[in-house]
Amino acid sequence: MKIKADTGVCVGAGMCALSVPEVFDQSEDDGTVVVLEPDPPASREAAVRRAVQLCPSGALSIEE
Amino acid sequence: MTEATPDLMTYTTVRERPFDPPDALTRAREETPIHRMIYADDHEGWLITGYALARSVLAHPRFSTRPELLHPPIQQRLINLQEIRKQPGFFLRMDPPEHTRFRRLLTGQFTVRRMKQLEPRIAEITEERLDAMEREGGPVDLVQAFALPIPSLVICELLGVPYADRDRFHRDSAVMLNLQSTPEEIRTAIDDLLNYLRALVKHKRAEPSDDLLGGLVAGGELDDEELAGVGMLLLVAGHETTANMLALGTFALLTNPKQLAAVRDDPDVVEGAVEELLRYLTIIHIGPMRTALEDVELDGHVIKAGEVVTIAAAVANRDPERFGESETLDVSRSAHGHLTFGHGVHQCLGQQLARTEMRIAYPALLRRFPGLRLAVPAEEVPMRSDMSIYGVHRLPVTW
Repeated sequence: MKIKADTGVCVGAGMCALSVPEVFDQSEDDGTVVVLEPDPPASREAAVRRAVQLCPSGALSIEE
Repeated sequence: MTEATPDLMTYTTVRERPFDPPDALTRAREETPIHRMIYADDHEGWLITGYALARSVLAHPRFSTRPELLHPPIQQRLINLQEIRKQPGFFLRMDPPEHTRFRRLLTGQFTVRRMKQLEPRIAEITEERLDAMEREGGPVDLVQAFALPIPSLVICELLGVPYADRDRFHRDSAVMLNLQSTPEEIRTAIDDLLNYLRALVKHKRAEPSDDLLGGLVAGGELDDEELAGVGMLLLVAGHETTANMLALGTFALLTNPKQLAAVRDDPDVVEGAVEELLRYLTIIHIGPMRTALEDVELDGHVIKAGEVVTIAAAVANRDPERFGESETLDVSRSAHGHLTFGHGVHQCLGQQLARTEMRIAYPALLRRFPGLRLAVPAEEVPMRSDMSIYGVHRLPVTW
């Protein structure tokens, strides 16, 4: 699993950082997504998929 | 493809039971997720009651939120929209890329981490209110003693608005959000609040301050009118919403003692309970609304350019296809993905602040007063069917 984040689309709602703080953070400047772990371990896959689904702006996607 | 249904839906905010959406809207969802709807100005638009469809409209780039394109689902709504249209900086009603410019200036201030840093201060404010309630003794109105002061104090400190001026902005926002207000009353309230914020911005230009509005002034990206519009939006959205969730949520818990006990006794339940209360109560009971910028096909229907779509978030949040046993309040369920903060690029900027406030305030209240109970029969609690944001006008409680 590879996480792709489009910071141009991100609206900084924080759903990803709230859901999986080990994988996602937010920039101090504009609150947009910062991916801490672009290739997360299998144990976090389900949580990452849920975070991608929750993202309001469609900024996150997953490449298998 | 589009067939005019003989019986056009009309929108309503009047509920038969305090915690459930209007039955007519629930029945509509049980039939189909999308309906033709007649608007207050005779516009023939649409009503969305299904969760999946609601989400796709809110995420769709060809649906606009601009006020001049909207039609009012109920009569009173028109006045607000006409007035707000004129104000620079009111970015809730802008489309990208204009919206993006404002949102980007603010998102850094509302991150999950920033809100975590506010936790000790929010806890302190909450304890002060509980101390004051204890000193006063019951019965008290929980809205005035607890639910309204906490988010008001927090947003005032965050923005850099003197809390001493609260009577003025509480009064103005109450008039703005009251569906019975006349156009003249709404105009006067908006003017008064904007004049207040214009003066505050001027003051911050002269004397720099270390708060959100002060930072925006110093940043130099926005002019004074835009700053006043941003300030109005954040100030009103920042206290009215959480205040109503705190009071209505407490009312709901008081009538569901098992759920209340879980929130009071089990710290692990609180996070999920806040999501569930947000879903179950959906205090945003008008809209959100969007206008199609071009013909868009939805679920086999063509929404024509210029047609307005009103999403009944309260019934979409009760869609059993998404939430299963959706009609019961169950603080142990996973209610994530509810639409109470919206969805798409306009999803609530302050949602992490609201969550933080609720996660602290509900359990603190229930632990301080384990015997908390209504001081009037439940039927006598006055509900806010007449306001843009649902909740209770007063909640008399004792302990």
